[in-house]
Amino acid sequence: MAKSQSAMLDRKKLMADPIMVLTIVVLITFLTLFILYPLAILLVDSFYGGNGFTLATFQRIMAMPNFITAITNTLKVGFLVGILSTIVGLLFAYVEVYVRVGKAVGGLFKVVSMLPVVSPPFVLSLSMIMLFGKAGLITRFLLGIYDNNVYGFWGIVIVQTLTFFPVCYMMLKGLLKNIDPSLEEAARDMGASRSKVFLTVTMPLLLPGLGNAFLVTFIESIADFANPMIIGGSYDTLATTIYLQITGAYDKEGAAAMAVVLLSITLLMFAVQKYYLEAKTAATLTGKASRGRMLIEDRSVSIPLTILCALAAFFVIMMYACVPIGALFPTWGYKFTPLTFKWFGQVFTKYKGLRAFRDSFVLSLIAAPITALLSMIISYLVVKRRFKAKGFIEAVSMLAMAVPGTVLGVGYIRGFSGGVFHTGFLQGIYGSAAILIIVFVVRSLPTGTRSGISALRQIDKSIEESAYDMGADSFKVFMTVTLPLIKDSFLSGLVTAFVRSITAISAIILLVTPQFLLITVQINEFAEKGSYSIACAFATILIVITYGAVLLMNLFIKFFGTSRKIKEDSHV
Amino acid sequence: MSKVKKGVKLEHISKIYQDPKTGKDFYAVRDTSLTIEPGSFVTLLGPSGCGKTTTLRMIAGFESPDEGEIYLGDEAINALTPNKRDTAMVFQSYALLPHYNVFDNVAYGLKLRKVAKNEIQDRVMRILDLVELTGMEGRMTNQLSGGQQQRVALARALVIEPSVLLFDEPLSNLDAKLRVSMRTEIRRIQQEVGITAIYVTHDQSEAMALSDNIIIMNKGVVAQMGTPQEIYYHPNSEFVADFIGEANFLTGALEGLEGDRAVLNIEGNPTRVPAKADMKSGETYTVVLRPESAVLADQGGLPCKVILSCFMGSYQNYHVMVGNTLVKLTDYNPKNKRIYQVGESCHLVFDPESVHIL
Repeated sequence: MAKSQSAMLDRKKLMADPIMVLTIVVLITFLTLFILYPLAILLVDSFYGGNGFTLATFQRIMAMPNFITAITNTLKVGFLVGILSTIVGLLFAYVEVYVRVGKAVGGLFKVVSMLPVVSPPFVLSLSMIMLFGKAGLITRFLLGIYDNNVYGFWGIVIVQTLTFFPVCYMMLKGLLKNIDPSLEEAARDMGASRSKVFLTVTMPLLLPGLGNAFLVTFIESIADFANPMIIGGSYDTLATTIYLQITGAYDKEGAAAMAVVLLSITLLMFAVQKYYLEAKTAATLTGKASRGRMLIEDRSVSIPLTILCALAAFFVIMMYACVPIGALFPTWGYKFTPLTFKWFGQVFTKYKGLRAFRDSFVLSLIAAPITALLSMIISYLVVKRRFKAKGFIEAVSMLAMAVPGTVLGVGYIRGFSGGVFHTGFLQGIYGSAAILIIVFVVRSLPTGTRSGISALRQIDKSIEESAYDMGADSFKVFMTVTLPLIKDSFLSGLVTAFVRSITAISAIILLVTPQFLLITVQINEFAEKGSYSIACAFATILIVITYGAVLLMNLFIKFFGTSRKIKEDSHV
Repeated sequence: MSKVKKGVKLEHISKIYQDPKTGKDFYAVRDTSLTIEPGSFVTLLGPSGCGKTTTLRMIAGFESPDEGEIYLGDEAINALTPNKRDTAMVFQSYALLPHYNVFDNVAYGLKLRKVAKNEIQDRVMRILDLVELTGMEGRMTNQLSGGQQQRVALARALVIEPSVLLFDEPLSNLDAKLRVSMRTEIRRIQQEVGITAIYVTHDQSEAMALSDNIIIMNKGVVAQMGTPQEIYYHPNSEFVADFIGEANFLTGALEGLEGDRAVLNIEGNPTRVPAKADMKSGETYTVVLRPESAVLADQGGLPCKVILSCFMGSYQNYHVMVGNTLVKLTDYNPKNKRIYQVGESCHLVFDPESVHIL
């Protein structure tokens, strides 16, 4: 059968829409140049030595004992963090969905799921050191332990688990809500005990979802740069080793080859997660719960579970609270009173805080709308349109999700410091604000695209078709129908992109030049030097900014967003 | 409306899709040629997956045909995008723009055409009057009932004065009673405006009530095209007979011809039915018997046995066995008639004129 005529007609119809064609071309160029090309150059760099194909670079890095240690370290941490986060996440999700809990506990849950979103990635490492380190508030002054060592394997594992378990919690909560309660009721009715129901019905249904949660945190863990940097001590992971290889040893080829190794691991995990587990999760949990679930009121179940969760939540909140409080003590670990604002003052008087905040703020403010708009356009094209390059656009923007920031950073250094393919083309952007903004955009694009796609899938395809049918071209349809209907998703994408950008560090730390002072880079520096009070003061102001942005967004959505009624109505 | 009415012509249209499970290509629509006269109301009727919606979407421009050419009036429109085609569609899910009120929804197409503001006002109000929604123009669409939303969708399609109006199962989201009143409404408005309309449905009574012509589709091809009467009384296949109304099929070998009557041996009983051209002695033929076209009697016709007898109010429902063939009957107005009980033996009587030979 020949489908050539419809292909030809579809092409003609597409060409009749120049704005659409231009958008697609611009998108493909952007994705190729700033995602595919930097990754490709890493491969080229690490396999190409002066005169042709070579494995010498790989042989060289494999011979480095500290690189091999870094690989095993990374995998060990990732594995354990994946398991622990999944378990803690499951506990929280189960209690929220299945057990009747008090209002206060419910509120705690909300805070816990919200905190990691608004805070910079390394905040927990800071508070870990300040609470449990050698001069830790808890270890030293409460328990009288003087030589507690938080640096290293366990430090990273605990901090990463606390950072990433809310992700698992949110994922698993969604899945548990989709389990039809009548399945479990049927098992209870047949005589199974509660624990039996959990083991034979709930768990098997949830298994692919648990695997999914595990892999997502596994990837997050091995891609994480900031926490191992601050709390790892001499315990190096791949991300920190790559960073040191480039900034310490100035070995760019070696770093490129290491980045290829790290990328291979995350890509492999990502492929398993995306193409195997996600499909399986969707297959086992398709049904929407037909009606509400009878919450467990049995005290022998609810009290221990609630206490466990409340303790965990309280611990997490305490860790976060430690940062602003720590910034108020005159000298951390020695002098606690009187509380003082001197560190906050020094941020601005001594450490060029104003410039740092201004640079970070302005760059993120420029990146956010670009990211939000790009991700909405990509979602629109992926969900609502049909054209040849659609698969490419979808695949590359999702691929960015699996690329650790450090890898991207190395790719940009190799790809742009000498211009594209070392030809000098586009060399000007290296070291400029433009490249920082581009990195911000690329790093936030996958999250935005994913939320855009799921928002658009909720909207009946025929709504856009009807506008198209009435005589609107693609641009008009997007502006007058699509965008207004996903306004909320656009706004939250805007803020998420802003928050992610202003708190980003892993890729940016490799690319930033002295002419820009970025807050996260500053905090990292102070933390490295052991100036925790000033680091805390910086971090506190940063959290206030991000939290303010989130509050502003919620207010905005409340007053200007699509009303709930319309939303419910638009996906009949 | 002042515009010249246009017809639609499909010439050898095919559409190929890929089965998502097996990856194999198949014809969703195959070599279909249709001519739809200007100003007529034509229904595409068929079971799900028969290609009716695909055909409609190709006319609207959402899908591109793999073979053949579509004409609107005299113009070949294959390469035109939906927004450049002079058609307007009414969607199954109404597809109203949820962030606009009724007025803005109806005015949307006119604004895109850069019609002057006061003219938009006039035309929208006129159309809202036609669909009996005057006074509702300020409402948001989610404040309307399903029937009202459907009227807005219809008004929005009508107001841009397209050459052809396309309907994609527009009533299937409404409840049964509303469906009946809305279809009368649609027919009234189409007649009043005099527009060409193509209507997709799987509901045969809708097709009957609305159409000048019905096109029955099955497995991507046109099974039969004709007026509702032609299709009901003279179906050209078992599929069409079975799909439109209820049908009983009686088969028998030809024993002989008596003028314009053929004598078939149906379950051992010589039975007179209308003859058709080129019949051969000894060959088996099938006749279609509508449930309301036969009655039960104590004698004459085909001997049969009652296996179900059920009072339905306006009619008595019978299932009888004629030899090995099950025949379903509806005997209207059963009051004061002899009611046959299950297990009784009786006779199935029908007028040869009321059956149709395939």
